[in-house]
Amino acid sequence: MGRFLQFVKKETLHILRDSRTMLIALLMPVAQILLFGFAVSTEINNINVAVVVPQWSEGVRQNVEKLSANPYITYKGALTPNEIDHYLRAGLVDAIVVYANDFDRIMNDWRQNGVSKSAMQFIMDASNTNIAQAGAGYLSNILAGDMMSASSMVETHMLFNPQLKSAFNFVPGIMGMVFILICALLTSVSIVREKETGTMDVLLVSPVRPLRIILAKMVPYFGLSCINLATILLLARYVLEIPMGNNLWIVILVSLVYLALALSLGLLVSTLAKKQVVALLISAAVMLLPIVMLSGMLFPIENMPAVLQPLSAIVPARWYIDAMRKLLIQGASFGPILKDFVILIVMTIVLLALALKNFNDKLE
Amino acid sequence: MSNNDYIIEVKDLTKQFGSFKAVDHISFSVRRGEIFGFLGANGAGKTTAMRMLCGLSYPTSGSGTVAGFDVIKEGEKIKRHIGYMSQRFSLYEDLTVMENMELFGGIYGVANNELKERAEDMFKRLDFYEERNTLVGSLPLGWKQKLAFVVATLHKPEIVFLDEPTGGVDPITRRQFWEMIYQASSEGTTIFVTTHYMDEAEYCHRMTMMVDGQIKALDTPANLKKQFNASSIDEVFRLLARGAKRAE
Repeated sequence: MGRFLQFVKKETLHILRDSRTMLIALLMPVAQILLFGFAVSTEINNINVAVVVPQWSEGVRQNVEKLSANPYITYKGALTPNEIDHYLRAGLVDAIVVYANDFDRIMNDWRQNGVSKSAMQFIMDASNTNIAQAGAGYLSNILAGDMMSASSMVETHMLFNPQLKSAFNFVPGIMGMVFILICALLTSVSIVREKETGTMDVLLVSPVRPLRIILAKMVPYFGLSCINLATILLLARYVLEIPMGNNLWIVILVSLVYLALALSLGLLVSTLAKKQVVALLISAAVMLLPIVMLSGMLFPIENMPAVLQPLSAIVPARWYIDAMRKLLIQGASFGPILKDFVILIVMTIVLLALALKNFNDKLE
Repeated sequence: MSNNDYIIEVKDLTKQFGSFKAVDHISFSVRRGEIFGFLGANGAGKTTAMRMLCGLSYPTSGSGTVAGFDVIKEGEKIKRHIGYMSQRFSLYEDLTVMENMELFGGIYGVANNELKERAEDMFKRLDFYEERNTLVGSLPLGWKQKLAFVVATLHKPEIVFLDEPTGGVDPITRRQFWEMIYQASSEGTTIFVTTHYMDEAEYCHRMTMMVDGQIKALDTPANLKKQFNASSIDEVFRLLARGAKRAE
């Protein structure tokens, strides 16, 4: 045990003395949480809207006032029909509301006789589909909401995230990414570095068991990741104000499994790479990209092409992110995440077995 | 422990990578307490041969014993009786001199008080005391190499394997380095050293010449010079290496 602790001390010293890497490792999650929480946002604010009004009337005026009063919309004034094309092409407006000639009469007809006829038209700049879709949704809610029967027939409740804060969505994704980066990338680079500098040979000719060398290497990175886990959870709770229920222990339990998985992945990479650069590239290309693209962190898995969907199933982050989303945002208990949890454990065992087998084979 | 006069005995040791025979049926013996030189051009197979003896690599065929243990079956036991200094500088540059010593002392199970004693002794002998808390990375190369030797022999191994220990080191430091080797040898440690500096061969008790994975000559430096009618080991080497197929 003394020998093992000696190794842990050595690895800890490596990390502490490489203050730049340590700082990056500790600050990266903070930066990412703040960046995704505040700067990068999929919420659409400030949609620029102009109107085209063939004939001003009391009804139209009231309707336009709702536009200019809404905080999500920047009202750009009234245009003539000829200007529509130019304004949209020049990017001056994102959407244009065209009122019908006889807006008041149509509204009256509808109110009194139930005759429904188009009263207005939305022209959206769909070159950015996100803005176009969200904008059309906003506009129909704001302008048509009270007069169409739609609102009374369908009532929408946004559960778990009533304000649709995109930060809620990002936190699980960031956790999925950060732990892979810290555990897998840093661990693999640190093992491969010893191969590159030749110190690994010196360790291997010593009576210390190779497995022990590797385990000792994992301990400080595991510690570092635990600090990160705490940082992320604290930031999520107190800065992003994600409500966390009494399922925190499940969050931590699942995260610890995920950390073990990431460490195994790092070990596996380190057995495949001979140079630090290669380890870095493998980690970045083979792990980071799939996490961002395939884990459901940014793009919903259901929307992926059929070919990619099974592929996403082998990305560990997918299951972790899914579990974190259920736990952190829905406040789920153990039941709903059981599947994710089991998959993560199986993946950890498989990866660890592969890594250890590969590691032993490589010793020739 | 065997009382055999030979601490290393190797018969037909071979290492094959695909169709390439890095080490091709080499046989030799090293006497206890001897300084045994392992010479050859780059790529002749010196390092591969040494790695097999240290248990870093399994032989493809052949047999051998190191410190009385079988190189194929008892690699783990061998590791407890040898020291190893690799070709590249291989202490931790981001640890201090003392931390490196403590780490490797710990790895080889050297007791704390004993470790301190030996470290103090080394510091005094090498005039290292001032630097004991310096990060190894900021030491000059010559000092690093000497320190690596100290660390490799910290646990008083029966044999120490030195793989090109003096590569890139200035002549004065090389001289000092060899003094350390002699010191260790006089204390009973067997030294197995590879080098491609032919002048260093003269310092060895006995030496082999490796060409293309095979041992082409094995004797004392003086006998080899006599045998080949050469004035220096360098000349012996050039005579032997003339037929070498592997480019340097």
